[in-house]
Amino acid sequence: MEGNNKVYWKGLEELSNDIHFVKNAEREFPEGTPLPGTEAAANADIMPASRRDFLKVMGFGMAAVTLAACEAPVKKAIPYLNKPEEIEASIANYYASTYVDTDGDYNSVLVKTREGRPIKIEPNPLSGVTPAGTSARAQASLLSLYDLERLKGPFNGKEKKATDWKSVDAAIGQQLQQVASSGKAIRIVSSTIISPSTKAAIKEFIAKYPTAQHVTYDANSSAGILNANQTSFGKAVLPFYNFDKAEVIVGIGNADFLGTSPGSTTYSALYAKTRKLGKDKKKMSRHYQFESTLSSTGANADYRTPIKSSQEGLVAANLYNKIAKKLGAAPVSAPALDVKGLDDAANELASAKSAGVVVAGSNDPNVQTIVNAINNLLGSYNTIIDLNAPLTLKAGDDTAMANFAKELSQGQVGAVFFYNANPVYDYPTGKQFGEDLKKASLKVSFSDRMDETTSLCDYVCPDHNFLEAWNDAEPRTGYFSLGQPTINPIFQTRAAQQSLLAWAGNTVEYDKFIQSYWRTNLFSLQSKYSSFKEFWIHVLHDGVFEPKNAPVAAVSFAGDVNAAAAAVGKAGNNGIELVLYQKIGIGNGAMANNPWLQELPDPISRACWDNYLTVSHKMASELGLTQSEEDGNDLVTVEIPGKPAITLPALIQPGQAEGTVGLALGYGREKAGKAANNVGVNAYPFASVSALGVGYVVNGVKVTKAGEKRKIAQVQTHHTIMARPIVQEAKLSEYQKKANAGRFMPKVATSEGKKKATDISLWHGHKYQNHSWGMVIDLNSCTGCGSCVVACTVENNVPVVGRQEVINRREMHWLRIDRYYSSDAPKDDVKALEEASANPEVVFQPMLCQHCNNAPCETVCPVLATTHSSEGLNQMTYNRCFGTRYCANNCPYKVRRFNWFNYTNDERFSDVNYMSQTDLGKMVLNPDVTVRTRGVMEKCSMCVQRIQEGKLNAKKERRRPVDGEIAMACESACSTGAILFGDMNDPESRISKLIAEETEGRMFQVLEEINTRPQVSYLTKIRNKA
Amino acid sequence: MVLLLAALTCSTVWAQGAAPAASGGGDAAAGEALFKNNCAACHAASDEVVVGPGLKGVMTRVPNKDWVYKWVKNSSAVIASGDAYGNQIFNKYNKLQMQSFPDLQNADIDNILAYIESAATAAPTADQAKADGQGGATAAPAESGLSTQYFTIILVALLVVLALVLLVLIMIITLLTKFLSNRKDLSDDDRELLEQRTDIGKLLQSAVVKGAVLIIAVLLLGKIGLDSVMRIGIAQGYAPKQPIAYSHKLHAGEYKINCAYCHTSVYKGKNASIPSANICMNCHSVIKNSSPEIKKLYTAIENNQPIEWIRVHNLPDHAYFNHSQHTNVGGLACQNCHGDIEKMEVVEQVAPLTMGWCIDCHRKTEVNTKGNAYYDKLVAIHASKEPMKVATIGGIECSKCHY
Repeated sequence: MEGNNKVYWKGLEELSNDIHFVKNAEREFPEGTPLPGTEAAANADIMPASRRDFLKVMGFGMAAVTLAACEAPVKKAIPYLNKPEEIEASIANYYASTYVDTDGDYNSVLVKTREGRPIKIEPNPLSGVTPAGTSARAQASLLSLYDLERLKGPFNGKEKKATDWKSVDAAIGQQLQQVASSGKAIRIVSSTIISPSTKAAIKEFIAKYPTAQHVTYDANSSAGILNANQTSFGKAVLPFYNFDKAEVIVGIGNADFLGTSPGSTTYSALYAKTRKLGKDKKKMSRHYQFESTLSSTGANADYRTPIKSSQEGLVAANLYNKIAKKLGAAPVSAPALDVKGLDDAANELASAKSAGVVVAGSNDPNVQTIVNAINNLLGSYNTIIDLNAPLTLKAGDDTAMANFAKELSQGQVGAVFFYNANPVYDYPTGKQFGEDLKKASLKVSFSDRMDETTSLCDYVCPDHNFLEAWNDAEPRTGYFSLGQPTINPIFQTRAAQQSLLAWAGNTVEYDKFIQSYWRTNLFSLQSKYSSFKEFWIHVLHDGVFEPKNAPVAAVSFAGDVNAAAAAVGKAGNNGIELVLYQKIGIGNGAMANNPWLQELPDPISRACWDNYLTVSHKMASELGLTQSEEDGNDLVTVEIPGKPAITLPALIQPGQAEGTVGLALGYGREKAGKAANNVGVNAYPFASVSALGVGYVVNGVKVTKAGEKRKIAQVQTHHTIMARPIVQEAKLSEYQKKANAGRFMPKVATSEGKKKATDISLWHGHKYQNHSWGMVIDLNSCTGCGSCVVACTVENNVPVVGRQEVINRREMHWLRIDRYYSSDAPKDDVKALEEASANPEVVFQPMLCQHCNNAPCETVCPVLATTHSSEGLNQMTYNRCFGTRYCANNCPYKVRRFNWFNYTNDERFSDVNYMSQTDLGKMVLNPDVTVRTRGVMEKCSMCVQRIQEGKLNAKKERRRPVDGEIAMACESACSTGAILFGDMNDPESRISKLIAEETEGRMFQVLEEINTRPQVSYLTKIRNKA
Repeated sequence: MVLLLAALTCSTVWAQGAAPAASGGGDAAAGEALFKNNCAACHAASDEVVVGPGLKGVMTRVPNKDWVYKWVKNSSAVIASGDAYGNQIFNKYNKLQMQSFPDLQNADIDNILAYIESAATAAPTADQAKADGQGGATAAPAESGLSTQYFTIILVALLVVLALVLLVLIMIITLLTKFLSNRKDLSDDDRELLEQRTDIGKLLQSAVVKGAVLIIAVLLLGKIGLDSVMRIGIAQGYAPKQPIAYSHKLHAGEYKINCAYCHTSVYKGKNASIPSANICMNCHSVIKNSSPEIKKLYTAIENNQPIEWIRVHNLPDHAYFNHSQHTNVGGLACQNCHGDIEKMEVVEQVAPLTMGWCIDCHRKTEVNTKGNAYYDKLVAIHASKEPMKVATIGGIECSKCHY
């Protein structure tokens, strides 16, 4: 038997063999766990079913049957009065558009609409920025369109009543004139705007009111790197990293370029290119990460060293010195610091030279300056790092914002407009900001909901949702994209740009305004189309316009690395550090009221619907903190001098650096909507504002045990692996020698000697004459971003269940990304294992129905609700299922999810899932997929609706389906190409070729030894380790 | 069959290859389909004026073929250009703008012209297409009817025989009794037996009879109950009154307007789609515009209120059905499921629309593989075996319809 001797575990409970964990591991379903706070919970003990109840139920049943036997209700069929030419009922239309959020997440997308309503977001393959895959947030953004918390029209905050656009315009126009004539300042406060037309509209507004200024700030600021690049290169930009050209990547601090950093969708794709392996590519990049909280990027690194955040500068400076020594450059004076892996990183960077790159996540310009110096030393500018076509996704100016806050407090501001900004919630001094806001005589918000800032405003002029609006974007210099409406505005909203233009006295429609901007500024950048109309039609169709920019001269480094090193050398190192980080789903909290994002488990902690203090194992034992599935996690009180203390649960997080604790931003919303309000605590007030900008690392934090406990909705330990080799991995050196290194090849003892498990079978197997649908998932490419999980939720109408039901282990996700920690430590060496758990290796494994050919579920279903198709699919028929749950008990992969409640109608779920319970929210449902009711089992169908549609399209055109034409929702959402779906019967398909190449190589099937013969295969994880 | 396919499809690409060219460089069969889909609403292939002129001999009237191409694709442009013949036609027919057909290729127009020519010469019988349609349909709804008929005949015959036997037996008993009562040598016991009369009251009171009646009653009620339960949700014969008394008999039967003219997505998508009012207005802006029923159309458009038709065919919940799979790919005629729709004044649900009905058809119907490369591989595999029915290639698997 081959394979590695690693120990894998999903959570600390499993590693430490927590008694409740062991108990629950034996139980597939938590029986009798009613929802707390409900009648059922209160009456659970005193309400046995009595004879009277039985009679009642029977009586009702008979009455229901009698009623059903009566005339069926009359259903109407209401056609269009005037059918739009492009809409045919039941045939989806796709429109190219652009998703941008306030957190620097950009995706060029195709919006799938059915009968005029958007129901799914897909990547736009024509985009040069995000050609493949989308972010989880882009996938989920769809639901925000149908959010009932959205304002229905303009609102007068002074009189607390809805109003109309005409009177709003009149009032605001009049007050603006007053403010302008009084000479007081007018400020437009926004998060980063990447739309050139919006900027032009703001410019027009400013031209009309000369005291107006535009203040840009980002809730999660990147001002540090912008400032550093300003001093180093004279360009305040976010560099674009061509990770695909990198051989050595070093991340310092919260450099989460695969997770929450701007451009992560693009970067994931580029990064994954260097991690792909195959017959002709046996090399991959090496990735070092030095960070305090375990980020998605750190989890994907080959070597990860936990460091305190205050050491980021020193790590960078020491790295600089070590490389400088190798390359013969002058060192900087900085205290020597040696952390594990730093020497190796320096050596490899020095030998990789321009094929190496260092990325830092710090918002401290000094750290960024040193990193710039390292990259300059290596010569990676203009190989990997592109400053000439940089990202524009973050442009917030912390100084400008701090100045604005000062002006506001001094009463110098007469009018203030908030566009995509919510500083009362997400600015560190937000509370004070809210108080000072009263000093401005005119406060206007363009927010789509009554959020923390908006509720303090005099007028609310709600903006469209991005799916209802025209817009454009320039996410990267020279890369333009267009956003177009995919549905008529649902409410009486108006584009914010339209409002600004109106107040500036320009009555042009905003879409015409965009067109004229493009005509003047962009049309001339191309020569393909001679008329603007033609150009516009094509750009609108493609969604993107990416004129080839002439190469600009190479940059020269002018930063003062010595000064920067001196500054970071002084960084204090006192007490416990609080690191404020972001979660991949919730981000900066602007989209917190999106149940899909709340329910998306964090890739690392696997927790949802909450934020919590991540603490290291050592600190937990020092403070006496415990966690268990049964009792919950200990609450801790976090105290920071000068700030109100907060109490929140602590989560023991492997990989958390000693002396640091982590806390996610974006939670603790108060006025975002039913789903987000009071979920977690708001961490923004803990961020510091200094001359260096906003700081997300706070020193001298006091953490004490608070005494009580709270459960965290964590899915990680819900399905144990029973110490079976689910994940298979190898080191690159082993792989280079032998393609199937790390593979577990089980043999079964028979009377005729040992045999491969797949050689023996009770069944005759299936023969697929037509198609044989299958999937191959590359563990080496999966970064765990969770975009596939949300895509699956959207495509398949998967219900949201909320925190309590997740705690009850009843989450409904058809596709989950299992996160395993692992260690080389021997299985019985407890001490070594504990050490390893302080900084474990991580592997992500997307787990979905494996569509077994010898499916254990199929044989136990008493009603044939789950059967096998002639195309290799394991079919689940909801109308037949009556909920014995035998199948889930018998499923070795634990991918079958039982529907415990009527989530889409049960009022107990109206808080967590209220959108799905309203007529408006139901518009998001995929009309081709059944909405399951309670009492039935459900699971991944391999997007059978997409398969059927693809086959039908082929049949209608009298041809075979083309490979790639049918794509799974998870597959198309994946930016790294980790998931490949196709027809294994088609010898020309990519999947057939991959299988042919990898059968004897990296390909394995999970639990091969039990001979379920899945249609889903995996490729081993390869780590580039010595 | 070729005619049928051509008549049923609206896919111009496909129709082009369906039959060899008839005359004049155009394909009459393909042209017929195009004509019926696009032109028949306003033009007849004969001399008859419907909305626009009858098209018989049109090529002898128009300036040239290029003019026809331009006119069909964009007649208003031709009129605007000051074209003499175009304006003459325009003025002659009440200044009614002809709909533009920018999607039609020159070859398509050739086909239509070829059809018009062939229609003028051959004058095909009106029922030909329909007859072909029924011949082409591969489902066999009559089979089960035949076997029940036999069963009934045998049953009736048996009952008649039984009644005869009973009659004969009664006659024999009467004869014997009469004969015996005339005998004088009978003992008292025998006489008692002979003169015994059946006490009906007593018989009815007996346990056996009571039991039998009870069992029969229970069985009967059970049967009725079960039957009614099995009919829950089945709306066979459902023919609700519609808000506008639209007659399929008139439009589809008498005027032979192609189904897809109104049900635009029947060959393209899942839904056949109920026509929007603007489709009605293609003709009814001029035809019968004083009728009270058609006035309802105008009212709807004026008030911007869509017409709320009553949905007749309601598929059971949780079942996916796609029209195009059956019409376009399967080549089935609408009548297969919808009955003689062209004879219905008010639309009625003919099929039970139960799963049994679906499965039954999938078991009986052969896959329409002709000219469809999708099926080539399957045809090769099944070539030597039994005919390839829908069920043979997975047509009765759960997730073909339930997902």
